[in-house]
Amino acid sequence: MAEMKPQDRMKIPRQPMPNQDGTVRRGNFEEVALGYAEETARKEAERCLQCKKPACVEGCPVGVLIPDFIKALREGDMAKAVEAMKMKNNLPAICGRVCPQESQCEGRCIVGKKGEPVAIGRLERFVGDFELANRTCPLEKAPATGKKVAVVGSGPAGLTCAVDVAREGHKVTLFESLHGPGGVLVYGIPEFRLPKGVVLGEINYAVQCLGIDIRTDHVIGRTITLDELLTDYDAVFLGTGAGLPSFIRIPGINLNGVMSANEFLTRVNLMKAYLFPDYDTPVKAGKKVAVVGAGNVAMDAARCSARIQSLQAKQSGGDPGEVHIVYRRSKEEIPARAEEVHHAEEEGIIFDLLTNPVEIIGGSNGRVTGMRCIRMQLGEPDASGRRKPVPIPGSEFEMAVDTVIMALGTSPNPLVFVDAEGLERTRHGTAVADTATGRTKKQRVWAGGDVVTGAATVISAMGAGKRAAADINKFLKGETAPW
Amino acid sequence: MYKILEKQTLSDVTKLMVIHAPHVAQKARAGQFIIIRIDENGERVPLTIADFDRKAGAITIIFQEVGKSTMQLGALKVGDAVSTFVGPLGHPTEVTDFGSVICVGGGVGIAPIYPIARALKEAGNTVISIIGARNKDLLFWEDKMRAVSDELHICTDDGSYGRKALVTDPLKEILEDKTRSIAKIWAIGPAIMMKFVSSATKPFNVPTIVSLNTVMIDGTGMCGGCRVLLEDGARFVCVDGPEFDGHKVDWTNLLSRLQFYRDEEKAAVEHYKHTCNLDKAMAEGGK
Repeated sequence: MAEMKPQDRMKIPRQPMPNQDGTVRRGNFEEVALGYAEETARKEAERCLQCKKPACVEGCPVGVLIPDFIKALREGDMAKAVEAMKMKNNLPAICGRVCPQESQCEGRCIVGKKGEPVAIGRLERFVGDFELANRTCPLEKAPATGKKVAVVGSGPAGLTCAVDVAREGHKVTLFESLHGPGGVLVYGIPEFRLPKGVVLGEINYAVQCLGIDIRTDHVIGRTITLDELLTDYDAVFLGTGAGLPSFIRIPGINLNGVMSANEFLTRVNLMKAYLFPDYDTPVKAGKKVAVVGAGNVAMDAARCSARIQSLQAKQSGGDPGEVHIVYRRSKEEIPARAEEVHHAEEEGIIFDLLTNPVEIIGGSNGRVTGMRCIRMQLGEPDASGRRKPVPIPGSEFEMAVDTVIMALGTSPNPLVFVDAEGLERTRHGTAVADTATGRTKKQRVWAGGDVVTGAATVISAMGAGKRAAADINKFLKGETAPW
Repeated sequence: MYKILEKQTLSDVTKLMVIHAPHVAQKARAGQFIIIRIDENGERVPLTIADFDRKAGAITIIFQEVGKSTMQLGALKVGDAVSTFVGPLGHPTEVTDFGSVICVGGGVGIAPIYPIARALKEAGNTVISIIGARNKDLLFWEDKMRAVSDELHICTDDGSYGRKALVTDPLKEILEDKTRSIAKIWAIGPAIMMKFVSSATKPFNVPTIVSLNTVMIDGTGMCGGCRVLLEDGARFVCVDGPEFDGHKVDWTNLLSRLQFYRDEEKAAVEHYKHTCNLDKAMAEGGK
């Protein structure tokens, strides 16, 4: 077959992702996006122009060899596609599902300049899922070096770092404070967006191939401190994330029915409260839920609420209820991934934009009965470059709600700084670390991911884990100057 | 997995367990707590540390079987194991020589007050202890408390043992006694007891420390479910506590937050009893 011309490639429409129907999926926790079939994947892969200077790769925080894996995919050589992928990314099944592609690889895609970009994320997921099922690309490690590395936190930054360090033959111990590994991939991101089987499949495989020792139930700063780790290990990587939820200071914040998105999502995702009472942890999503904030976490909380409402209505009968996103800016400024917003809308989530809560109101039993809000309008651009929302005087009104979920961002857990003399911290509570190497101000300690940047994305945390791993490997070989 | 090394039945509903968890025992100090999860379907339950043995790598916990998880835990035997055991969490009790101190333990709160009383005694304090429960059956560790106290007062609500009184009665008498000067008070027990102890000591202006046990999931500062209102704003019990100045706690808010999942707790107990009976019937049917 003759090589297709670029004009012809650009005529192929972007292949849609088959999804569970919006009304059906509101009643279950199964995955929303069903994944491409092989034929669809190959067709989508044909859309790639194989640019000589691929902008998509520059848009990727870990520099996945995008044209290479897509080429192998369309030629039907899946083993080669996986190999190309794994050169830079060990967790494609995860990234393909949760990366904000529209602002990274796909945002830079040349095909996207005139039409819709190549669905790089969907293709990445296809390759990742193929590898999960077939394991054509074994993770190999160099002979043992006798060096020991402690990786603290088993989320995206820690996992990536652990894998890259272990492949060099260093003995890695991965510390996790919760009862299972995965960090935010497990406690934060819901099953319907990232099935836990996919996460555990990736982790277990890496652990088996590379002999990584996972120690759950270890809280750094309490069970064991950073200074103690440094006596036992040659290097320590901190990938402890940003787990501390923020609450706004308005009256009524401690009423029953007000919770952080972290609490709500941890109950639902980590503790599987949607299967209560077969699982012990309960969760309440009332008949009218307000989620404050509009990031990915807010979308996750809203969509979980809708599902819990539907499941509870199925048991007790009656109307499932409503879920609102309450956001002080307008639709354009919504920080969540476009796909999440779109999915939330399909699932019937109501968006109350340019609206800001000023007080949560409670009944005599200490339960939430409503939320006083004020309407906002957009003024001059602020420090973030976005137009600053300003309250419209006299526009206060009351929303009748029984549950308020605060999804207003998170900051790093300060426990990691306990007995960690010399580990510098910014006034935002994040660890100070070099962007290129991940080195902190404390000798033999690296950090990366949300603990350094504040809440960001899975892929940027993976990128940081990767850069730190490369520097740790050099340091352990004596190839770089010590601090 | 963490093995149960020892089990004692302190009353019909109060059980003691010694659990093998060297990573926790190594660091544990009086006033801290652990989180336990029985199995893969289990919830994470915070329990204050009743005792620890660094050499044996063991932690002692005492609990009352009041909900599904504590009932299920109470049914486990020596040699069985639990899936999760995290700790030590929270700040330890600040222990120095204050002079004369009072330690109040109510019901299952006698367990966590014991290591605190012991540490205070070891630090040179004169320790006056008051322990109380609804009835004689629910009292335990009288001998252990006596061993670390200069003076021990025992009360029961129904008068079946010791004095028929609430713990606040001897407490007020001691505070009213002008010949004594009390530097600090610790009170651990049901929230309602800690509330009344705090209001009893407030007129005397004696610092009163309470140890709160609120709804909690991770225990590391991640969920914020445990937040408590103090005079100057909210705090997280798991990382800022579990000990707080009882005079500053908003008890109405705390008590109402403890009730939030009451219906679910009842449903969980019913579900558990139902499955237990089903299992029993299956086992009998199979014979």
